[in-house]
Amino acid sequence: MGQTIVEKIVSTHAGKCVHAGDLTVVDVDFLMASDTTAPLAINAFKNMGGQRIFDPTKMALVIDHASPAPNQRIASLHDLMREFANEQGIKLYDVGDGICHQLMIENRHARPGQLVLGADSHTCTYGAIGTFSTGVGSTDLAGAMLTGRTWLKVPETILIKINGSLPKGVSAKDLVLHVVGIIGIQGATYDAIEYTGTTMEDLSLDSRMTIASMSIEMGAKAGFIHTKGLSLPYEFEHVLPDSDATYKQIIDIDASTVTSQVAVPHSPDNVVSIENLNEIIIHQAFIGSCTNGRLEDLHAAAEILKDKRVHPNVRLIIAPASRKVFLDALQDGTVETLTKAGATFLPSGCGPCVGTHLGIPGNNEVIVSSTNRNFLGRMGNRNSDIYLGSPAFVAAAALRGKITNPQKLLEGVCGS
Amino acid sequence: MKIIGKAHVYGDNIDTDRIIPGKYTKTLDMQSLAEHVLEDLDPEFSKKVQQGDIVVAGENFGCGSSREQAPLALKTAGVSLIIAKSFARIFFRNAINIGLPIIEVKDYNIQLEDTVEVDLITGKVEVNGNTYFGTKMPDVMVDILNENGLVNYLSKHKQYNL
Repeated sequence: MGQTIVEKIVSTHAGKCVHAGDLTVVDVDFLMASDTTAPLAINAFKNMGGQRIFDPTKMALVIDHASPAPNQRIASLHDLMREFANEQGIKLYDVGDGICHQLMIENRHARPGQLVLGADSHTCTYGAIGTFSTGVGSTDLAGAMLTGRTWLKVPETILIKINGSLPKGVSAKDLVLHVVGIIGIQGATYDAIEYTGTTMEDLSLDSRMTIASMSIEMGAKAGFIHTKGLSLPYEFEHVLPDSDATYKQIIDIDASTVTSQVAVPHSPDNVVSIENLNEIIIHQAFIGSCTNGRLEDLHAAAEILKDKRVHPNVRLIIAPASRKVFLDALQDGTVETLTKAGATFLPSGCGPCVGTHLGIPGNNEVIVSSTNRNFLGRMGNRNSDIYLGSPAFVAAAALRGKITNPQKLLEGVCGS
Repeated sequence: MKIIGKAHVYGDNIDTDRIIPGKYTKTLDMQSLAEHVLEDLDPEFSKKVQQGDIVVAGENFGCGSSREQAPLALKTAGVSLIIAKSFARIFFRNAINIGLPIIEVKDYNIQLEDTVEVDLITGKVEVNGNTYFGTKMPDVMVDILNENGLVNYLSKHKQYNL
């Protein structure tokens, strides 16, 4: 009986052959927690009687959700993390190093075929490189810190086949929003997703991460991009399913028909084609997050904003996904292009996306954002509306001060 | 183990941002979480909730982030049980892991302020003379809940026993 990707990875980590529906205990390869979840995990670990974590080389802590500390209370939590990391010999990524999920892949903590737990829902991002990675809460993470293991139910898998070329100005974000719109916010609950097809084979690592990260917006436990076509800066074995694997559902998508997609308030599955949206006036534009804060995303924004100026009534803020992303964008001139266009660069982190700090919307404001969630109050003010789209969508809206189809802007139809 | 409480009824897809907004999650002070619980969904909830009350919701309760602060905020506010037609995966585990009973009931008719009686062992839910049955959890989750959460479970067993 053939196996899906998740069945294969769980089998190797359970030491026995498993299939969807089986309950099993698995060994974990790596653990991660952020400043939202690590303090509770550290407390839970100690309350379980934990002295030393099972293997200090297999865990990283990341200060990214409220980074740098916006107040004394959070500064104390950061200190608690630094002390714990120091005492245990765990790697800690401090202020400005980057967003946890970006760092996990950049620094090779997550690798193809591994099983990784992260105390953050977007841990599913590492499915971009064929890692079975899933988000857990703080206490589940503490259990893995103590035992080096966790328990899970092997999920069924939805296979999404995407073939054809994406039209100009249409990105991986549009593709995944299109998928979220089809499957819905709970359509993949308890399931894994696999993405395959010629469109996926041609995608960059940045784009693959965008797509894998939003698996959780459909409730999925994991989202794998078949690694065919993937290149990494190290040797790896491809992570692919058996040809006779069993799928719960198969969905076919023709990439050439996908347009710019926007998730309108207040749910990431309220997805519409931008052609069906009015030119709504916007106040703030944000490019960043684990979903869309990478070099490719900054390039897409710069393509629209080069030698132009953001609309005077719009604040464009950008938080690169990591220090490396920022440095790369600095060195290739992208930071200069965007800064000249009126963008404000923030330290790398999650603040605006998760409503902690550095960009809380005002009352009755409209925000366009390249992030992953537009739940009511997500960015820190329930009296604001968040529209999610690609970095090009955000840049186009920032330029014109209203929701604008980036495809038309790139074709020169709308002008500036 | 029986739980009897008054119902607060909400709809589908109540995400963790509406259970406890991200701006309040960076804390170890559980009481401060309880003060803001469900603030963006029902600003009066934290004032009107009584110890032992039950939250009743529709599909996909707790979708979104992995923040354990969401079930912790509800538990600290006095909520004794959550009934929903379905739960998001991470929220479900988190609730059990912190010892907050939750039960999936596919179909029910429960109104605001109804008194609901739930037998957690049998999964039987009684309200207004009607009886419903909840979905059975895996044994390991029942065991974790019986220990009032994963901290006690692992303190005692040192490993997961499926």
